[in-house]
Amino acid sequence: MFKYLKQLTSLVAMVAVLFTFTTETMAAKKSKTLKNTQKKGFVRCGVSQGLPGFSNADAAGNWTGVDVDVCRAVAAAVLGDASKVKYTPLSAKERFTALTSGEIDILSRNTTWTLSRDADIGLTFVGVNFYDGQGFMVRKSSGITSTSQFKNGISACTNIGTTTELNMRDFFNSKGISYTPVAFEKADEVVAAYDAGRCDTYTTDKSGLAAQRTKMSNPDEHIVLPETISKEPLGPVVRQGDSVWEDIVRWSLNTMIEAEEYGITSGNADMMKTSDNPAIKRLVGAEGEMGAAFGLDNDWNYRIITQVGNYGESYKRNIADTGILPDRGPNELWTKGGILYVPPSR
Amino acid sequence: MKLKKILPQFLTLLFIVLIFGFFTMNAQENMDTRGIEFGFGFLKQEASFDIQFSLIDYDGSKSYARAYLVGLLNTLLVSAIGIILCTILGVVIGVARLSPNYLINRTASVYIEFFRNIPLLLQIFFWYFAALRALPMPEDASLLLGTSYMTIKGLYTPAPIWNNFDVFLISLIISLILIFFFNRYAKRKQEEAGIQYPKFLISLGIFLIIPALTFIFGGVDLQWSFPELKQLAKTSFTYEGGVGIPPELIALTLALTLYTATFIAENVRAGIQGIGKGQKEAAASIGLTPGQVLKLVIMPQALRIIIPPTTNQYLNLTKNSSLAAAIAYPDLVLVFAGTAMMQTGRAIEIVAITMATYLTISLSISLFMNWYNKSIAIKEK
Amino acid sequence: MSKVNLLKPNKENINLFLGLGVLFFTLGILDFYLNNFYEKNITGFLPGFISFFTPLIFGMIGLHFVRIEFSGIKKLDELNKNINTSNFNAALSFCIILLLIFSIPPLLNWFIFDANIAGDTKEACTGGGACWVYIKVWFNRFMYGMYPNAEQWRVNATFIIVLVLMGLGYFFPLRFKKYLTLYYVIFLPIISFLLIYYLISGGEFGLEWVETGAWGGLSLTFIVSFFSLIFCFPIGMMLALGRRSDLPVVKYSSLTFIEFWRGVPLITVLFMSAVMFPMFLPDGTYVDKLIRVIAAIVLFEAAYTAEVIRGGLQALPRGQYDAAKSLGMGYWRLHLLVILPQALKLVIPGIANTFLALVKDTPLIFVVGLLELAGMLGLAKTNPKWLGFSMEGYVFAGIIFWIICYSMSKYSYNLELKYKTDR
Ligand SMILES: N[C@@H](CCC(=O)N[C@@H](CS)C(=O)NCC(=O)O)C(=O)O
Repeated sequence: MFKYLKQLTSLVAMVAVLFTFTTETMAAKKSKTLKNTQKKGFVRCGVSQGLPGFSNADAAGNWTGVDVDVCRAVAAAVLGDASKVKYTPLSAKERFTALTSGEIDILSRNTTWTLSRDADIGLTFVGVNFYDGQGFMVRKSSGITSTSQFKNGISACTNIGTTTELNMRDFFNSKGISYTPVAFEKADEVVAAYDAGRCDTYTTDKSGLAAQRTKMSNPDEHIVLPETISKEPLGPVVRQGDSVWEDIVRWSLNTMIEAEEYGITSGNADMMKTSDNPAIKRLVGAEGEMGAAFGLDNDWNYRIITQVGNYGESYKRNIADTGILPDRGPNELWTKGGILYVPPSR
Repeated sequence: MKLKKILPQFLTLLFIVLIFGFFTMNAQENMDTRGIEFGFGFLKQEASFDIQFSLIDYDGSKSYARAYLVGLLNTLLVSAIGIILCTILGVVIGVARLSPNYLINRTASVYIEFFRNIPLLLQIFFWYFAALRALPMPEDASLLLGTSYMTIKGLYTPAPIWNNFDVFLISLIISLILIFFFNRYAKRKQEEAGIQYPKFLISLGIFLIIPALTFIFGGVDLQWSFPELKQLAKTSFTYEGGVGIPPELIALTLALTLYTATFIAENVRAGIQGIGKGQKEAAASIGLTPGQVLKLVIMPQALRIIIPPTTNQYLNLTKNSSLAAAIAYPDLVLVFAGTAMMQTGRAIEIVAITMATYLTISLSISLFMNWYNKSIAIKEK
Repeated sequence: MSKVNLLKPNKENINLFLGLGVLFFTLGILDFYLNNFYEKNITGFLPGFISFFTPLIFGMIGLHFVRIEFSGIKKLDELNKNINTSNFNAALSFCIILLLIFSIPPLLNWFIFDANIAGDTKEACTGGGACWVYIKVWFNRFMYGMYPNAEQWRVNATFIIVLVLMGLGYFFPLRFKKYLTLYYVIFLPIISFLLIYYLISGGEFGLEWVETGAWGGLSLTFIVSFFSLIFCFPIGMMLALGRRSDLPVVKYSSLTFIEFWRGVPLITVLFMSAVMFPMFLPDGTYVDKLIRVIAAIVLFEAAYTAEVIRGGLQALPRGQYDAAKSLGMGYWRLHLLVILPQALKLVIPGIANTFLALVKDTPLIFVVGLLELAGMLGLAKTNPKWLGFSMEGYVFAGIIFWIICYSMSKYSYNLELKYKTDR
């Protein structure tokens, strides 16, 4: 009898612990994500499983890319150190579940901003860090130079769980072409299958095509067709329900883009602290209280610029210099003919 | 004494309730704060993605529920083919393993030791990413058996074109029913009067003749459409007409079959070895021919040893078919717990449905096998 | 010289028959060989499909001639008895010989003679065979994943210490033999855990912290299998006891648990644990992915272990229970001291098989992004500098897994034999 009593009490104690645990976290207001991130000491960031220029790990496990730089910017802002990021490589299919379940806190993985994703499934898109569109890649030797040459019976390789799968259907249906979709879970498998001749064409975001081309046995044997069949604004995503965290990520990205607009780079940020332009001074933490609303200190944006650099630097380092897409196209600042335009930091 | 019975049960119950309560409470709260709903309404929405390979009529304008069905049928298809092939191969290898011919039984045992000791996932990858990649492009493929082409894009075989297929199907069902009743009759006759009919031959006869008659009288007609090379662009070709069996299905079936057959072979061997020599000698001494010994004495007993572990292997094969997701075969996991999950964002619902489906398949196979097992068990008189 | 009946080779004309037999046999092999490796068809003058079967026909005729009963030559009799008892058998044997001839030389060429191992770039692979350079260059990655090169000694050290500790059990003085189980079931797991925590993971004592995301390769396979084994065993035991309990609630909850895990594919379970599970925890709790994945494998395999152990429990005669009960033993003492030790002894081979299955299941964790050996292969084969060597990678991994699994299955087979005689 006594034995069971003991068991019972320990169980009750256990339950009590569980409950206090939950009530404690329930009581925590403000940004729980921020609080947890600071407690853990790293930002949990979901990235791709390897897409050169966007998020890609080298042989030593160091991640680089424009998507990675968003995570690093947030880490610089909230933890003071851009390297304090834990990357979780995710396949297209896993990414939203990983984010909504709380496995990661930011998803920065060439993800297209669409209505149903934003509104329906517990996600919030915070901005666009790459304007893109879907395209097709074919073998040069096939002689195809335009999608108008596609014929019935064509097979197309792509990733499962992407907008690509949906756009592809719309495209082929509207042209009245019958096609065979071959959808893999991992991008590397798509590339390998296309490269081996399993499919006649490979379709995904054009940036993705350009990046994946570098992974093929003979990049010069493949071309990306000129047509763009969809709009793919790619950007970082956070979970719904933590608006402070959402703002932090949004304004970390905005800071990078605006810094480029004002010519602030990682090299000259120190000098800019004494600039005459108040807009510039606000961007390097030398004027105003720009971090207070997030619960951050005043230097948060200064750290982003010095540790990660502005958007232009990030683009050049990751996408232009690596030869993936030397031309910035729409991803140029609005002042220079592109469509990058962010709200002002003030 | 009562307490001793009730308290542990109460504690178990409490433990289970607490764990479940804890998980559901958290999930509920998390879903609330993150603005995620729970519900199965999405199943009726338009799926709007296409699937490579489907046994039923499907395109993106159908619902998610339909996409689920496509995935389920593809899973069942690969499992069924795998089960049939691995049974045949397993029995052959299992018997070969007991052959007095040294070469044959060595080969069989090398095969078994080789394929059962390499993880299935690696084997699937091997067949898909290494072996099948060595196949020719469509334009270079040579004719196989006079009708088919094996290419990197798949196996193209002639497709049957039926007229009045339903009549044919009905005749098949009728012949199966006839066979069933005939076998029962034959069994009774054997038990009562000791008369033995050539059961197998007569059954085969029924099975062949009745459907064949429909061709003559039922207006059933079968023609074949042969695959023909079609040019898509300067260097890209495909085949049109006929059926295209995707290489993903081939690789998956191959790997599942070769892997599972090793286990079945071992079961068969153990089953046959489990029967004493004395039985065979006794049966032979009362004048049964070797064929009869095998059919009437050895097999019925061996089956009793073979079937339970083999059932487990069938279950494993079915569950292992979910590795299809690693290559692009559109099975339940890839289509439903993959694309559909991602497009709808309903992870919990979809994973729950998927798991429930596999559970149902597993439980039905094991219930069926239990029933079969009972029906062949020794009836003590 | 007695009459020669070609249909019935006999001992009297043994030399003639042997000569003819060997001649036809060689002819068959030669025909096949030339056909396959030199594309020369010496029987090309025959109609297509006959010439296709000529090697087999020649070979069977040859084997027919040498099938001389009681030839008096010991070797020949042995040969006939083993591979040449009837025409059917001869045909099968000959087919297998042809198969061997067909497959072994190309395989040897690929593996050894045309293979390259010197050098360290892709360009060094000039032969038509395997490019072992690829394996050489990636070897560290295949073994340790992304674990930093300079720190890999930590992984090695951990494995060596654990192995030594495991082996130590054999040298226990008799006096301490009764603590052996304790040593293996409690002490060793704790030590291994501490080693992995402090040495492999690091972060303390001046060792650099290596996050679990960087662990990988074969060492990760070992870590996952090792911990899964250790934990799935006790849980499986509890479940097996639960399933045989007289208390309905306990019995049916164990039953449901077991049937649930045995009914679902591991891949969905892994997905749940790796990607979805945090949803079921209070916001902000953080459990490392590796731990969650191991936990999932543990629960999954525990259900299988439970069924194996249940088999052992069922096999024990009722008398054991009755005897122990008559001594006034309670449930736990009865099971821990009397029943389980005997039952476990019965099921050791079964457990070994479950463990084997577990090792073969570990590559699946690659599906959720943990890069053990199979995962590293996937990474390596898509590296732009090393495209086109997937075959080598799979063969290499296949060999490694084969060695591990084969030795384990042989070991479990030996155990089975040993315990069979013990009984
Ligand atoms: N932007 C599209 C597609 C994103 C996507 O997954 N693209 C693939 C092909 S470029 C990719 O990035 N794969 C990288 C990976 O899986 O690691 C979406 O959000 O649905």
